[in-house]
Amino acid sequence: LTPRFESPQAVNELLRGVGYLADESTAAVTFLGDRLGKPVLVEGPAGTGKTQLAKSVAEMTGARLIRLQCYEGLDESKALYEWNYKKQLLRIQAEQVTRQEETWEELEEDIFSEPFLMPRPLLEAIRATDPVVLLIDEVDRVEVETEALLLEVLSDYQVSVPEMGTVKAKQIPLVFLTSNNTRELSEALKRRCLFLHLDYPPPEREREIVLAKVPGIEASLADQVVRTVELIRSLELKKAPSVSETLDWARTLVLLSVSHLDAATARETLNVLLKHRSDIERAAKELVASPR
Amino acid sequence: MSAGAQLAGGLLDRFSGFVAELRAAGIPISTTEVVDATEALRHLPLEDRTALKAGLAAALVKQDGHRQVFDIMFELYFSLQPAGPQALFDGLSGGGTGAGTEDLTARELAELAYQALVDGSPEMMAALARSAVDRFAGMEAGRPVGGSYYVFKTLRQLEADQLLDQMMSSATEAGQLEGLLLANEYRRHFGSLREHVEAEVRRRLVADRGAQAVARTLRRPLPEDVDFMHLDRDELAALQRNLQPLARKLAVHLARKRRQRRRGRLDFRATMRRSLSNGGAPAEPVFRSPHPSKPELWALADISGSVAAFARFTLQLVYALSSQFSRTRAWAFIDGIDEVTDLLKGSDDISQAVHNINTQADVIWTEGHSDYGHALTDFVQRWGREVTGRTTVLVLGDARNNYHSVHPSAMAEIAERAHNVWWLNPEPRAYWDTGDSVLAQYGAHCAGVWECRNLRQLRHFVEQLP
Repeated sequence: LTPRFESPQAVNELLRGVGYLADESTAAVTFLGDRLGKPVLVEGPAGTGKTQLAKSVAEMTGARLIRLQCYEGLDESKALYEWNYKKQLLRIQAEQVTRQEETWEELEEDIFSEPFLMPRPLLEAIRATDPVVLLIDEVDRVEVETEALLLEVLSDYQVSVPEMGTVKAKQIPLVFLTSNNTRELSEALKRRCLFLHLDYPPPEREREIVLAKVPGIEASLADQVVRTVELIRSLELKKAPSVSETLDWARTLVLLSVSHLDAATARETLNVLLKHRSDIERAAKELVASPR
Repeated sequence: MSAGAQLAGGLLDRFSGFVAELRAAGIPISTTEVVDATEALRHLPLEDRTALKAGLAAALVKQDGHRQVFDIMFELYFSLQPAGPQALFDGLSGGGTGAGTEDLTARELAELAYQALVDGSPEMMAALARSAVDRFAGMEAGRPVGGSYYVFKTLRQLEADQLLDQMMSSATEAGQLEGLLLANEYRRHFGSLREHVEAEVRRRLVADRGAQAVARTLRRPLPEDVDFMHLDRDELAALQRNLQPLARKLAVHLARKRRQRRRGRLDFRATMRRSLSNGGAPAEPVFRSPHPSKPELWALADISGSVAAFARFTLQLVYALSSQFSRTRAWAFIDGIDEVTDLLKGSDDISQAVHNINTQADVIWTEGHSDYGHALTDFVQRWGREVTGRTTVLVLGDARNNYHSVHPSAMAEIAERAHNVWWLNPEPRAYWDTGDSVLAQYGAHCAGVWECRNLRQLRHFVEQLP
């Protein structure tokens, strides 16, 4: 197996090439995920680019992204595979019509074979012959019991189908799992993954992101926006502003042709940045306070 | 060939010392994870410290709360080279002779400190920390003094507090919003200077005593093991950050369990419809999905003197919960009881909320020593009828009743009406039901009583809920 990336540095440059400004840790962990053939578990607050990381890695390696969106009540038939029983029924009925002489064993072998199998994301990723990136999104939403479904795929890159045998991966795909940390993931799952905590970016990097993603913004305004967001994040809020909300705010200010941010403008446009009424009030109060 | 065989022996030794130290600090690291990390060492460019640190952390530390301990230990075991380019500092000091800072007076050094604090670049901070420790800490080889003594000495002689004051007043002149932003940044830079000085002192201690000895002096409980009763200010702040996600977990958990437990009635129409694809045999019954129910949490918190430290935590927890549950109500009690829901919801942050409760809530009935019996009886009389089958009641307190009458019937009545009653006790289990503690009499009516002295126990409580 040939490694996909030269060095952590190279990963960072590739990510930048597709417009994802990563920090060194993110690049290093992605690099390791490839070298060690291990899934990467990305955890952190909402809106820090966890899902985007997987998408960007797919884009930069020219791989197909296969996404399993987790939700409460996700089961085997939605995550791994399902037998297409309607097609199986048709097959049995067709036999009765055409009156072919076939033993039950032959028939059984036939209807539990490849053409009747409907692969779901995990099996699809395992069977793929083209390069793929598997994204298991919001893994903390499934119940602890369902997590076990993932373990075989994540550690051995294989799926066992009782009627057919074990399907082994022809290549080791890059796997990313994201979690918003609404519950503690099981030790078994964590042990199989490399762990990456993505937090809000430091002001320098967020400024870079704003400059890259908001066309026509002046450097001085970007600077003010980012620093104000940082101040707001330091408050106790129900939901701190995410990077995408910072970008929305910056875009709004550009559209309003604001070139210099002052407290009054900031307060009037806070609703772009914050989504809870009490948060907006809290931040507005902070912004009119006198320094110190 | 094994991963280890390709690594220099010295590095591997250092690495196993490092892992042992992390384990000693309480971070759970399995053998698989050690193997992964060793493998990672083989692939990562060793000269790139940031990548090395990130890679090892990814393989070894699977919880964000443990990252701080990891960072400090990593620095002790793997980053002994002086940090930051000397040249930068020479350039700044205008010397350019490469002689460093020995020629500078304390006054000049303070001016440089001012610049570094305003600018906040890590290279400048590191250089400043290095020369400040050189000049002020007076570190001597073999002297058995803890690192914090040197840190304190350095920062005091650098007159860092005055510097901050000076900077803050300059921030005030910069205009309203700009001033706020600057003040916020300066505070952050100041914290970062402290960290750099600490790191520098640790680096020198390691050079003197060896990584393992220093690591031992730095051993401190992990954030989740710190006792609620003895929190310092930083730990209190850390606790606050940790409580919010826990409260969310509790909320998610309650909502989930309720949804799962109740299976809806059979949906006859949908079952028939689906049976058509099986030739009319109703092979898969379809059930109506149950009504999403809103969990309702009522918290009763003892805020008397005996649990004063715990009470602050209690209120923090309740405050965090109230932002997660649609219907949270809170009561505070000592020997009287008063609803504090509005006081909690109406305040911007927890310190204000605690202040409001301490000044405005009517929780003292006669003498101001806990009287669970009276408080609970009073609660049942005034709010008992509002407790319904959807209500979960959470009692936080040590059940030390000061030998007043117990009135367990009040608890029984609450338990009968409510969906569930849980009790969290900040006392070690060994002290329960000793002296004036009457936990057993109330506990008999609760669905469960948990010892809750640190975050680990609280997390355990949240996760194992039936």
